[in-house]
Amino acid sequence: MPGDETHMTANTRSGRLVDIRDLSVSFQMAENVVEAVRGVSLQIDRGETVALVGESGSGKSVTALAILQLLPYPKAFHPTGSIKIDGEEAVGASDKFLQSIRGNKISMIFQEPMTSLNPLHTIEKQIGEILLLHRGMGRTEARGRILELLNLVGIKEPEKRLNSYPHQLSGGQRQRVMIAMALANEPELLIADEATTAVDVTIQAQILDLLEDIQRKTGMAMLIITHELGIVRKLAKRIYVMHQGKFVEEGKTADVFANPSHEYTRMLIASEPQPRQTTPDPNSPMMLETKDLKVWFPIKAGVFRKTIDHVRAVDGVDLAVRQGHTLGVVGESGSGKTTLGMAVLRLNRSEGSIKFGGEEIQGKSFDEMRPIRHEMQIVFQDPFGSLSPRFSVGQIVEEGLAVHHKSLPESERRDMAAQALQEVGLDPANMNRYPHEFSGGQRQRISIARAIVLKPKFIVLDEPTSALDRTVQVQILELLTDLQNRHNLTYLFISHDLKVVRAIADDVIVMRDGKVVEFGTCQQVLENPKTDYANALVRAAFELAADTSGAVSV
Amino acid sequence: MSVSERTDYPEPDAAAVRAPAQLDTFMGMRITPLTQRRIDTFKKNRRGVWSLWIFGVMFVVSLFAEILANDRPLIISFDGDIMFPFLVDYPETRYGGFFETPAEYRDPYVADLIEEKGWILWPLVPFSFDTINYNLDVPVPSPPSSGNWVGTDDQGRDVVARLLYGFRISVLFGFTLTIFGSVVGVVVGASQGFWGGWYDLLFQRFMEIWGSVPTLFLIIIMASIFTPNFWSLMFILLLFSWMGLVDLVRAEFYRARNFDYVRAARALGVSDAKIMFRHMLPNGMVATLTFMPFILAGSVTTLTALDFIGYGLPAGSPSLGEMLNQGKANIQAPWLGLSTFVVLALMLSLLVFVGEAVRDAFDPRKTQV
Repeated sequence: MPGDETHMTANTRSGRLVDIRDLSVSFQMAENVVEAVRGVSLQIDRGETVALVGESGSGKSVTALAILQLLPYPKAFHPTGSIKIDGEEAVGASDKFLQSIRGNKISMIFQEPMTSLNPLHTIEKQIGEILLLHRGMGRTEARGRILELLNLVGIKEPEKRLNSYPHQLSGGQRQRVMIAMALANEPELLIADEATTAVDVTIQAQILDLLEDIQRKTGMAMLIITHELGIVRKLAKRIYVMHQGKFVEEGKTADVFANPSHEYTRMLIASEPQPRQTTPDPNSPMMLETKDLKVWFPIKAGVFRKTIDHVRAVDGVDLAVRQGHTLGVVGESGSGKTTLGMAVLRLNRSEGSIKFGGEEIQGKSFDEMRPIRHEMQIVFQDPFGSLSPRFSVGQIVEEGLAVHHKSLPESERRDMAAQALQEVGLDPANMNRYPHEFSGGQRQRISIARAIVLKPKFIVLDEPTSALDRTVQVQILELLTDLQNRHNLTYLFISHDLKVVRAIADDVIVMRDGKVVEFGTCQQVLENPKTDYANALVRAAFELAADTSGAVSV
Repeated sequence: MSVSERTDYPEPDAAAVRAPAQLDTFMGMRITPLTQRRIDTFKKNRRGVWSLWIFGVMFVVSLFAEILANDRPLIISFDGDIMFPFLVDYPETRYGGFFETPAEYRDPYVADLIEEKGWILWPLVPFSFDTINYNLDVPVPSPPSSGNWVGTDDQGRDVVARLLYGFRISVLFGFTLTIFGSVVGVVVGASQGFWGGWYDLLFQRFMEIWGSVPTLFLIIIMASIFTPNFWSLMFILLLFSWMGLVDLVRAEFYRARNFDYVRAARALGVSDAKIMFRHMLPNGMVATLTFMPFILAGSVTTLTALDFIGYGLPAGSPSLGEMLNQGKANIQAPWLGLSTFVVLALMLSLLVFVGEAVRDAFDPRKTQV
């Protein structure tokens, strides 16, 4: 097999690895043809790191999938263009040729570490399969190579991990295993399609370090696809900026950042959340206060389901937010942030005191809570899952009014909903349309409208911007700040991204394993983090620097 | 996702906001785009659409079986009066006969009396399901002839009339059983999925025990205690047929409980009942509607099977199962078994084809949100 030979030559040979000329990709839909990519040209040299930047829907992933001819042909087709891999044409090439390329010369890592691994196979089997398939390696021979790969991707004690199943690994470890699989055949090009979008900032920093390190060791080329300019700046030598299926700008990364020539690039670069400007009244009344708040889930065992221990999702949290203030809640995934948010709204079972507007609400039944529900609202992370596909926008926004303002005539409810939509920057004429017709950012605006139509005092924002592109993120943050100033709203802002938190929070609590490890004003925590853990979060968010002290999970 | 999402909308125009919704409609009902896409997908399956039409026409026609096949005339003109004997009982004396009892129109004597002073309009098939044809000159079961198109059964009753009435009772029984069974199944499944916990655990165990009761033997025992009729048979079958949908609906509700839009509704203070009905039931209905044609086909088969072994509808009822049994007992009269087989096969195939089209229509891969 050519594996060893290519590995030798990858370090030494130079020249063009991938040469895309005037490539277009169109999709034949039921009634019309959708042009996803329109006449792009892209070159990748051996050992080079190239970034492809753009927003969701700009055609980045389609371009990358076209390189390996992995698009759903014949629904997808190429009206124009050629893709040369090592001088050989890939468009319309035989399956045999493409299989010798895929996973061998060029391999790919995807965004979702949860679904990219088969949950029924051990790590050893998953990596071993690729070695068997492309190199015909036997079991014992493969094991040595697998250990080598796991070492390369920084999995500690790889011997113990060989027989682990994917669910026994953390998100970061899974992403590492994915990378190990991609590297198994020493590819000459690794395509990373939003490989760090779904993981925490701390893990993201570690994965980026890892990719850089591997590239240094193996000399392979990388194509990084992302919407995060920070990643591009850290890794890539050259950059292509994609917008609506076309390249609007290309060049050396440093040059493009220093002198962006296209308006769209300038806007992308300018789309960084700015630190919070406003300072709310420090003596405003207390909005929400918790004392020793606990959410424990019992672990049961044995025939009689005796409770042997608890998962301490939230473990004795004290927090306080004044009216008009924003409290940021930061921490890695699994640190209990969302559970805390649900607990203060009394949407899950908890213990400990929760005072809302001076009134103790712990222990109230669902019916007793209803009269104050309109004062406390929530906005979720996933703009696709949080709106029912069966309701029109108007119906979604009006639902709460039907509960809390039963006596209002329908026309008035409709007017209130229209007003709320306008306030979040949507045309009220869209009221009869359905969620699937809107983009992610617009859907998040609908979610916000649903919350504010009840004129709440307090809103829990559960990662409201995490699923959005940077440019849209900034717009949503501006909207939230604007609404806060206008209505003196109080926010509990949950996020793992400190850049975003900095743009909106006055105070910050840092959570780890259900406990608050650090508390202070936003400025204090970001500039002088007292704990290693907070420090690692800050460095990961602002410098994309991986933590080496072991303060964060791996 | 466009970069420049507009934020500078003008003041909402009250007229535009309150304007009647530009919604899709289907048979005069307002429907969501999701439903519209499902209807479109259904329509694309031509076999399913044709099957639905054919089945629908057959069903509607069978609903008017009394007009198509009856042993009483539709209209009689007698002595200047217009009469509707298939609706009203007229005594024989009305036509100048001897008896005070309802007229026996198939009796040549009565027919002659009427035709002296008027005329008779007979239905297409001048037999009802229980009419015995005494005018046969061959032993029963008689082969197809101009009087009995598909012959008669072993008691001299017209096969066409029996098939027509038998088809109707099968479909009506199937529909009723399916609808009642689905309602119970959806309610039980929804409550289990929604509340979970001990309630769910205990009810699931109960269903495992209940489901292992041998239905057939139970019905045989019941039938020997009292003579089953349409409703008592329905009740016994209903005791066991509701369980098919429970697990599907329960799983859908379990899943939907954690949807963000369901949680959002909770945060808005919407009551449990409303959340279940407005937000979660549509998810449960997908499973229900997908399975309904198949459950209907299953119900029809169950009734036919019971009739075949003689523990179904009371003797004399028009029933496809009983016809099949006659076909088995009278191999020398193939028109009995063959005609019943054709009707059953046609009905079940059509239902399965419709079911396939419905299943496609609800397939999320074919109707992406």
